[in-house]
Amino acid sequence: MQYLRASDAAEAVRHLADAGGKGYVLAGGTDLLVQMKSRRIDPGLVVDIKALPGTMEIVRDGGGYRIGAGVPGAALGEDADFVADWPGVAEAAQLIGSTQIQGRATMVGNLCNASPAADTVPALMAADAVALIEGPDGQRKVKVADIPAGPGKTTLKVGEFVLAVLLPERPALASDAYLRFIPRTEMDIAVASAAVSLTLDEDGTVTAARVALGAVAAMAYLDAKAAERLVGTKLEDDVLADVAQICAASCSPIDDKRGTVAYRREVVGVLAKRAARLAYARAKERT
Amino acid sequence: MTGILVSTKVNGDVHDFVCTPDETLLDALRGRLGLTGSKEGCGTGDCGACTVTLNGRLVCACLVLAAEADGAEVGTIEGVATGDKLHPLQQAFIDHAALQCGICTPGILVAAKALLDKNQNPTDEEVRYWLAGNLCRCTGYDKIIKAVQSAAAAMRGESHGV
Repeated sequence: MQYLRASDAAEAVRHLADAGGKGYVLAGGTDLLVQMKSRRIDPGLVVDIKALPGTMEIVRDGGGYRIGAGVPGAALGEDADFVADWPGVAEAAQLIGSTQIQGRATMVGNLCNASPAADTVPALMAADAVALIEGPDGQRKVKVADIPAGPGKTTLKVGEFVLAVLLPERPALASDAYLRFIPRTEMDIAVASAAVSLTLDEDGTVTAARVALGAVAAMAYLDAKAAERLVGTKLEDDVLADVAQICAASCSPIDDKRGTVAYRREVVGVLAKRAARLAYARAKERT
Repeated sequence: MTGILVSTKVNGDVHDFVCTPDETLLDALRGRLGLTGSKEGCGTGDCGACTVTLNGRLVCACLVLAAEADGAEVGTIEGVATGDKLHPLQQAFIDHAALQCGICTPGILVAAKALLDKNQNPTDEEVRYWLAGNLCRCTGYDKIIKAVQSAAAAMRGESHGV
């Protein structure tokens, strides 16, 4: 195996392309090193991208944010402006692992590791985040929702990697929330999860909504019907009951030691309902 | 595999070493620099026995490549005491018998020190969440929490009952 600390994106792309399928990108390493040690992967080349310009930075980009691929969860949580604008994304990122894992683990890594139970992926989907991708054919932007392709699989091509995630400008009365269920209080993998992002008008009516669900299908996904049900409402009880039902119907979970299909269906609806309430309350506070 | 020259600062001292590309920072600290205070429990970032600071952030040294430490500052348990004078946390762990086998202790001390550097007066709950990534199979954690709180009180200049 070779280790290379790339100093610019072109260098990283060139080496990853040369390494073909044996090239791996290193940011926080909290998934990569575990997979190397367990011999699930056998890299010929590891390209460390943390020295690339901007990869360790959270930058205000227009009215939104550009979060570099190497930014760890702990740094996101320390950025008060970011937490105020995107509390759901921030809480998802900070739920991953222990304090030590928070010192390294990144949202981009969480996205590219492509676990169906990844915490930040539903939050980023609900936020309508975009991945900035570098590759042999230059830069391209792809919605985060279009990156996962199944457990452990992404739509990235060989030689491509994600340089940053971009979060859009936040309207005044808007907020988000992410909730997951785990059987303990810390350091576990989601049994089911839900992220909701809402925009309200001055009278408290939802004008735009996005709902994303995690750990209840082969990959996290946006539930457009659930989002549609929220628009034009003030989250009345019957609306939320419908949303829970829509989510329970749209998911396709598996039975495993963490939960049964029936249990996950029930829980994901409850989480979507609660995440919507939380996002709504946060959006109202931003008046 | 070719060797990689790494120049790093560990506990304030400059160290140069040559490592293999797939070597972890934990293996380099223990095997090449003789700093065996950091322990390997799981090797997968679950137990926290290898906790060190890397450029000021807590990390599991078993999930960092040694090559990544080039140009970085690393803090280990060996840098927690000042000469022969124990850090208040170390003294509190002795006073409260907050360890038995001791494998988890270096990692817990490094992690607890990072907490107290940032928050001089944490609640028990904050201590427990902060140390959730440091597993101890001997003590049941109660004595650890008491020791951290006692050290925090001592560092704030309050008297602390042992």
